[in-house]
Order: sequence, then structure tokens, then C-alpha cells
Amino acid sequence: MAVLSLVARRLAAALVLLGALSVITYGLLVASPGGPEQVLLGTRPSTPETRAAIRAEYHLDDPFPLRYAHWLGDAVHGDFGVSIYSREPVTDVIADRLPVTAGLAGYALLITFAVGVPVGLVAAMGRGGLLDQGITLGSLVLLAVPPFAMSILLLYGFAVALGWFPVFGAGDTFMERVTHLTLPAVALAAAQAAMVVRQMRAAALDLAGQDFLTFARARGLPRTRVWIGYALRNAALPVLTVGGLLLAANLTGALFVEQAFGLHGLGALLIAAVSQKDIPVVQALVLFGGAIVVAVNLLIDLAYLVVDPRVRHGAVAL
Amino acid sequence: MRGVLAGLLGLAVLVALFGSHLAPHDPAAQDLALGVAGPSAAHWLGTDDLGRDVLSRLLAGAGSALLWPVLVAVGTTTLSTSLGLLAGYRLGWIDAIMMRTVDLAIAMPGMLVLIVLVGVLGGGYGWSVLAMAVLFTPGDIRVIRSLTLAQRELAYAEAARTLGLPPRRVMFRHLLPNLAPTVVSNALLSFVAALVSLAGLSFLGIGLPAGTPDWGLMVEENRDLLDLNPWASVAPVVLITLVATSATLLGDRLFDTLSKGGAR
Repeated sequence: MAVLSLVARRLAAALVLLGALSVITYGLLVASPGGPEQVLLGTRPSTPETRAAIRAEYHLDDPFPLRYAHWLGDAVHGDFGVSIYSREPVTDVIADRLPVTAGLAGYALLITFAVGVPVGLVAAMGRGGLLDQGITLGSLVLLAVPPFAMSILLLYGFAVALGWFPVFGAGDTFMERVTHLTLPAVALAAAQAAMVVRQMRAAALDLAGQDFLTFARARGLPRTRVWIGYALRNAALPVLTVGGLLLAANLTGALFVEQAFGLHGLGALLIAAVSQKDIPVVQALVLFGGAIVVAVNLLIDLAYLVVDPRVRHGAVAL
Repeated sequence: MRGVLAGLLGLAVLVALFGSHLAPHDPAAQDLALGVAGPSAAHWLGTDDLGRDVLSRLLAGAGSALLWPVLVAVGTTTLSTSLGLLAGYRLGWIDAIMMRTVDLAIAMPGMLVLIVLVGVLGGGYGWSVLAMAVLFTPGDIRVIRSLTLAQRELAYAEAARTLGLPPRRVMFRHLLPNLAPTVVSNALLSFVAALVSLAGLSFLGIGLPAGTPDWGLMVEENRDLLDLNPWASVAPVVLITLVATSATLLGDRLFDTLSKGGAR
């Protein structure tokens, strides 16, 4: 019962968030300089006929709530209209750019956890030592370095000065793609890995002194059971919480990294669309980003339910 | 360590205030015959593709790069501290409404909204700064509120209430000093976030006309010159990173010292 009401509450909150985002994004069209008619006309010649066609096509003569409802109805069905710049359906434009960004984000996430978790554990094991202090300070510094700064430094160091990696583009074959995406992925992962290191270190230190671990060992439970069933399960909670933060960092970080490395992904698409006032593309991308954030946060909540029985039985408020 | 950090930030303040007077050349003066060149005696950090002096542009841009974020930090901290105290101390419907709004605002992909709003509605620093203050405040409200909730139950707060002091006095004269470590470190973190976001926005080419001597914009405009005069792009990156890192580390240290010395 507690589980059901929790899930229902979360779903409702997700819908409210997406609703608010959709009003903001739709409002963009109305508020943009020149008004909706001018924006949607784009570079086409402005004659009474084309204007009338635009007004009819986008229901511009209807009152705002009705227009919004029309637009939202289409958007829910995946129809965001046509890009003003390229005249192609918005969904096609996005589908075209998605692989680069997805590859970059996935690669960065892989680096984040492959580096962050073991380094955090190493720091916790050598608590207070020189290595621990170095790791803690290093992760604090990395957290403060913005992705675009990291990109430029990596680009200069490893691509221009040392020449180990390509400077530009995303590559064609799979292997090319991996070498082209390595520096961008590292730039994106650096701050996130630092976040995971700090979280992992804190979780491990917190666990080390817990009575239930001592008791589990005292009962003679096998080592694997103690580590996986007891320690890892408890350490997973704070790391899960960071998941949402990581995602937000990933989404916005990708914008900067793509710009710095000249990758043609969704981030570059958004920047181009914003500067060209290609509102339909901007609207679709903002809602897409919002939907991803909402979906992942829901998944994290569900993961809490799976991992932590206290949440499942409603003993701990989430 | 703290001396070094504070010294670096003090230097940054001086440069921000007097940077444009210190510039050895006119930051907008072009020398197309010279074009892009590496460091020399006349141009310590070299020139960009239009032959403009990189050092002078950095100095001229220091004011906007550093002072606007200070404005964001002051605005965000004032707003979030008063609202957080109010919500946590008064509770009831004020708290309920505020917390629902904060929940919604925190769940928003903030940077995305910032980029889109500033990019589409047109620009200048003013809008970005206002949007940032609005976006950064909710997170701090939540932190201050949760601390207020803990503090209001302590004996000294109860004593102040029993004495019949008005809520405003209890909140700002009694509770606030006990939240000082968090307020100070929040302010420094807001400054860092604003510095990085502002530089990031101009790096993306959003909100500023081309040619403005702005650190973020310089990074982007001179990115293609990395092989000819790397300093043109790397120097602003180093400055942004240096200021952001020292402010973060200083906030971290200050929080530790204040909460050790100030804990009552």
C-alpha cells in the first residue's frame, strides 16, 4: 500500500513538472521577439498568403489556452512540427543527432563509475593518509572545473600539443568513434567522477564502523554475503541519490563539451536552434531533456524501493 | 593554504575593479597586419586573429566576469536565507507552498532553461543574472529551511520565544548567527556557480554580441587558434578555473572553521 501511494505521488509530481516545462517552452514562442507569426515564418517571404497559411496551420487565431492544448496534443503524440531552419520534421532532426550524444553520455557514465567507485574506496581505506588527502583535494578541485574549461585544457594538452587524439568531429567507424569521443567523454566525466568519489568515500567510511557489519561477521556469515548483501546494499543508497545530480550534470555538460569539440549532437543542435530562433526544435529538445530527467528520477525512486526494505514498508519517508 | 586562497581572490577583486585601467593596450584595437601571434615583449599573452592584445582583453573582461557573479551571490543568498528562515520558522501554509514550489524548481533542468530563456529572449548580462538568481535560490532555501527546523527546537531558541521576542527578532538575531557557516559557504558556492554559468553562457555564444571582451566568449572565439596562440583561449580558461577553485576551496575551509568555532 505504502509502495503504491509512493509511486502514485511520484508520478503525479513528474506530470506537474513536465506540465510546467511545457508551458514555459510553449510560452517561448509567444514571448520571442517579433511574435509567433514572424518566428514561424522564418526566412520565407512575408506575403499576406504565407502569413494566413501560418496562422491557420498553427491555430494562431485561437485563444492561448486552446492553442497550447492543440500544441500539447500533437507533442504528446510525438509531433513537434517542422524545423523552421531545415524544413524537416523536428523528430527526424533529433533522431539524426541522438546517437552522438547518447554515445558521449554513455561513455562518460562508464568512465565516471569505472574510475569513481574504486578511487573512492581506495581513499576510504587509506583514511586520513596522504593518498586520501590528495584524492579528497583533487576531487574538490575537479568539481569546481566547468566542463568547457576541462574540454579546452584537454583539447590543448592531448589533441594539439601532444597530438594523441583527433581535434575535431565524431569519426565514422566504431574504432574511430571511440578515439574521437575519448577526450570529450573524459571532459564530461571528470566532475561527475569527482562527485562519485566523494560520495563513495563517505559511504564506505560510514559503513566501516557499523554494528550490523560486525554482527554479520560475528555470526559467521560468508564474506561475500556480508559484502554484497549488507555492505554494498547500504552503500548503494547514497550513490543512487547522486544519480539524479549526475544526470543533470551530464545533460548540461554535454552541451558545452559538444560545442568545444565540434561534435554534432543534441547539444550543438540546441545551441544552433536557440541562435536561429528555431523554436519548434528548441521546444522539442527542452521537453525531451525534461522527460529524461523525470524518467531517470522515477527509476531512481523505484530502485530505492528495490534496495531498501525500509522505504518499501513506508518506515522511512522518501 | 587559506592565506593563499584569500590572496588569490583579493587579487581577483583588484583586477575586477581596476582591470580596464591596467590594460597595456586598447582591448578593442585591432592590428590586422600582426594578426594572431604568440607571446612577445609587447603582447605578453600574444594576440588573437584580429591582432587584439589578449592580456588587455582579459583585464578589460575581468569586471563583468567577476562582479556580476558577486551580484548573483548576494541576491541569491539574501533571498534564500530570508525565505528559508521564514519557511522553517513559521511552518504552516507558508512552508507548504514554498516547499512545493522549491521541489518543482529543483527538479527543473536549470541550465537548460537558462540557456533557452536567455538565448531566445535576447541578451545582455542583466537577464542572465536575474535568471540565475531565480534558478539558484530554491536549492539554498531548502538547505536553510532544514537547518532552521533543527535550530528552532534548541533551548536558546525556545528561551528567546519564551521571553516574548517577536518572530522576526528570533529569526534574524538568534537563529541566523547560528546558520552563519552555511550562509557563508552557500554564498561562495553561488558565486562559483554564477561565474561558471555566466562564462558558460558566453562560451556557447549566448546573450552577448561578438567582440565583447568577455572571458567565456574569448575561450570560444579563440578555440580555433589553439595551435597558433594557445594562450588566447587557455588563459581565460585558467583564470575562470583558478577563481572558481579558490572560491570553492575557501568556502570549504571557512565552513569547517566557522562551524567548529561558532558551534554553540
